[in-house]
Amino acid sequence: MISKKNDIALRVKNVSKSFHLPTEQANGLKQAFVNWTKGIKGYEDQKVLRDISLEVKKGDFFGIVGRNGSGKSTLLKIISGIYTTDSGSVDIFGRLVPFIELGVGFNPELTGRENIYMNGAMLGFSNSEVDKMYNEIVDFAELPEFMDQKLKNYSSGMQVRLAFSIAIKAQGDILVLDEVLAVGDEAFQRKCSTFFDQIKKDKTKTVILVTHSMESVRKYCNRAMLIVDGEIKETGNPDKVANAYSDIFINERISELEDKENKKPTNMQLSDVHLQDIQIVQDNKKTSAVKFRENFSLELVFFAEKVHEDLIMGIHFFDQSGRDMLAISTKVFGKFNLKKGKSKISFDIQNIFTDGDYYINLAIEDNNTQELLVQNHEISPFSIIGLNLSKHSKHSLTHPEVEAHFE
Amino acid sequence: MYRAMKKSNIFSKSNVVLIKELVKTDFKLRYQGSLLGVAWSVLKPLMLFMVMYLVFVKFLKFTDGTPTYPIVLLLGISIWGFIAESTSVGMQSIVSRGDLLRKINFPKYIIIISSVASSLISLFINLAVVLVFAIFTGVNFTGLVLLVPISVLQLCLLVVGISLILSTLYVKYRDISHIWDVLLQIVFYSMPIIYPLVFVSKSYPIIAKLMMLNPAAQIIQDIRHNLIAPSTAPTVWNIIDNFWIAIIPVVLTFIIFIVGVVYFRKNSNKFAEIV
Repeated sequence: MISKKNDIALRVKNVSKSFHLPTEQANGLKQAFVNWTKGIKGYEDQKVLRDISLEVKKGDFFGIVGRNGSGKSTLLKIISGIYTTDSGSVDIFGRLVPFIELGVGFNPELTGRENIYMNGAMLGFSNSEVDKMYNEIVDFAELPEFMDQKLKNYSSGMQVRLAFSIAIKAQGDILVLDEVLAVGDEAFQRKCSTFFDQIKKDKTKTVILVTHSMESVRKYCNRAMLIVDGEIKETGNPDKVANAYSDIFINERISELEDKENKKPTNMQLSDVHLQDIQIVQDNKKTSAVKFRENFSLELVFFAEKVHEDLIMGIHFFDQSGRDMLAISTKVFGKFNLKKGKSKISFDIQNIFTDGDYYINLAIEDNNTQELLVQNHEISPFSIIGLNLSKHSKHSLTHPEVEAHFE
Repeated sequence: MYRAMKKSNIFSKSNVVLIKELVKTDFKLRYQGSLLGVAWSVLKPLMLFMVMYLVFVKFLKFTDGTPTYPIVLLLGISIWGFIAESTSVGMQSIVSRGDLLRKINFPKYIIIISSVASSLISLFINLAVVLVFAIFTGVNFTGLVLLVPISVLQLCLLVVGISLILSTLYVKYRDISHIWDVLLQIVFYSMPIIYPLVFVSKSYPIIAKLMMLNPAAQIIQDIRHNLIAPSTAPTVWNIIDNFWIAIIPVVLTFIIFIVGVVYFRKNSNKFAEIV
């Protein structure tokens, strides 16, 4: 991409970076001496970034996404001048204000006002420049009556609000933000969201945002980049990048589940009947990664040596924490029979469930003799993928669509 | 491009603002929550002086017999206190601000300068107390007083140089703090601070001369000589006749400072990764 020089805000060219990871966990003279005499380096090199190049234009809202440890924060620190590069160059055109963390230099013993000036000085603003931003910061944080209180008397929410307000009201050309979007209560969140919408339209401000939230990437960014293991995997359209990011997780889940499948517990053969095949089917394809809110089927194939009549089957789905997701008994559909040889049974299931990992227990009983013909435990693990609700401590098993209205 | 510009401008406005903020905060927090507040910064040296005076002058008779000796003693202790405090704090300052270094980019020397500046404020308060004593004792100030700022400047160069070297070493080797503690003790007793130089020069004139080649000793004696006792406090300039030998402590000061600056600059851009 060749662009005119004056509309570029940031240019990163072929940047590589590796860290020395100490192999001995002692930073003392003795260890240094021992290493020196033995000719040990005392550290290992770890490549964190490989040949990263990117250009951010003035007015861009640029998102950087990647998993933990992919090197995105290191890249941000290099852009902010905190780390040096091994090779390559970083050119910045304009005043860059970095927020690797909110409230750098905040001191609990100082008042809110003093902390604003301290934080401002840290970011390279003179007192008169902070004077100009001061009122806006205080107003945005909604803390005017607390400015002469010591920071230690603030609630943690108030502290974060103050720090965040400094970050977004700082009068820089290029704002660098690392994972700092989700702060404050809901009202404050909405305020920030409005602010980001504004900044997105403002063509004089450039924002570089590192985040795990694909929602923010889609919502605010006009360009984005995905880093995987220190290399650029995808760059450009934020939707494309966000999808590429989600795909990493889906692919990983699938391979994890396949591993589990191979390790499934062997189930005892109780009679001449046995479960020959069990499949979760979605979009006419066998899968173990079920898409959120899209219906799926459970397909079973049994094999019997002789004919069995008047049977009842119970199927029990449960999630990773053992909670019942769904219990089906064929009693409600009437009796069923098994032919000699193969019999196929399938269930179409409406998918109203939350994402998570699920397992199936299954049993068949003769309705007359109460004899258990088949019993299988924890078979056919599958996942429902799409949201990240199961990461939260409290989530429901079903996830009907809910619309929120805030007045 | 912008970054390169920022780096070259060592005493740019924003850097000076940051130093000021750091020093202000440090001073403000030092007596935070105490009843007497800033008054402690005067009371503490005052109390220490009383003890020193009683022990060394009254009981141990570590004195050269001149009436100004108590003031000379206090002055020496104040300056030594500054050297010991600023180098110890300066040594640890980079590591203790590690949290900051990992999150924001600013010239690292600011940390050293601000920590030395904080100690310098304490020194000036101590000096003010010493001066009050001096006036009460009836010290006659001469025109030599005008030379004192030069010595203070040399003192700052020395202390900043040492702090730059120690702080860089301390990032890699934490043993340095223990070694420095011991070294400080040794240097303290190897200099005429709590005893007058005559005690040594009487019987071992060569050792007395060697002692005075230590920049810290030279500076302390210069300030004592110029400020309080031009007639009784010996300096390197009047006990060593050869100018080229007498100038050694001054040259050492510059060497330490330059080595400090070069060594620190070479390593400072990696601090954020190591700390």
